[in-house]
Amino acid sequence: MADRHPLFKPLIFVGGLIFGFGLGFSHMARPEVVLNFLQFDDLGLPFVMFGAAIVSGVAFALLPRIRDAAPLTGTPYERRLKPFDRNVLVGGAVFGVGWGLSGICPGAAYASLGVGNITILWALAGMFLGAYAQGYWRSHSRARDTVPASGD
Amino acid sequence: MVADPVLLQAVAELFPNGISRYAVGGLLVGLGTVVIYVGTGIPAGASTFLESTLSYVSGQSRFQRYVGSRDWRLVFTAGIVLGALAFAATVQSGAVTTSLYEPGTTGRLYEVAGVTLWTTDVQPWRLFSGGILVGIGTRIGKGCTSGHGVCGVGSASKTSLVGVLTFLTVAIGTAQVVAALGVSP
Repeated sequence: MADRHPLFKPLIFVGGLIFGFGLGFSHMARPEVVLNFLQFDDLGLPFVMFGAAIVSGVAFALLPRIRDAAPLTGTPYERRLKPFDRNVLVGGAVFGVGWGLSGICPGAAYASLGVGNITILWALAGMFLGAYAQGYWRSHSRARDTVPASGD
Repeated sequence: MVADPVLLQAVAELFPNGISRYAVGGLLVGLGTVVIYVGTGIPAGASTFLESTLSYVSGQSRFQRYVGSRDWRLVFTAGIVLGALAFAATVQSGAVTTSLYEPGTTGRLYEVAGVTLWTTDVQPWRLFSGGILVGIGTRIGKGCTSGHGVCGVGSASKTSLVGVLTFLTVAIGTAQVVAALGVSP
């Protein structure tokens, strides 16, 4: 979209900087610390995830009352609501096995690279491979669903 | 009010690294989300970057729906990496000190050009195979710890609450089994 506001990408970048700094500061960029939570050795992780959710939740609740739309995009302020279906459970369970095995999730993996964790490239390679596999599968199953069977 | 020392001891054992680094880090993660939302109305998650970036190199139809957002998602992710690098160059390197930050003892520290960097001891096979499942699961499940866990829960979305409970429960079970099998780190 070429007609976006000139500050659109700079603002996204600044948001990403703060987000990444926070992931580094909270040690969520360290797979060991996430695994320590999942094994109940250090219960710090919920302070990160729910602390962040409370901060964003205040903004999500207040902004629609203050303004109708965002200044840089004209996008109306809406909550992040996704439709529920079986995929949320299936995907969540697959993600959960991966998270419990490795201690990494997407945002924390990018931040991990930033704190110097070269070994995390294994996880990033795996994530792209997994995302590609599901995209390949869904592209083709969708084609089967939507293209009517024909004789060609 | 007199605090029970036995209770305090028990609580301290659950938080061997204190809670301030987690609380402050979480507030910053939330603040980064809010900055983007205030300006753009976008509740940004980190995992869509995987599919949107694949749209540059793959013609699979599934990835084409993210062509419109792939540029800013690349910028967002570059910001995350560089924000973490800024943390490494300041707090992790000791150039900036604060009582809110507990350094921790996991992994290994090394230095490049005066910046203290950190790398994990978790074995590559765990990272790689876990990464594959994370890549599949977050995309099928419509979100990850930031999309569902931060933006979705912040939106009081029932779908996201169910998503978070699902991956949290399964991850705890998986990590317990892996630890019980003697895999470390």
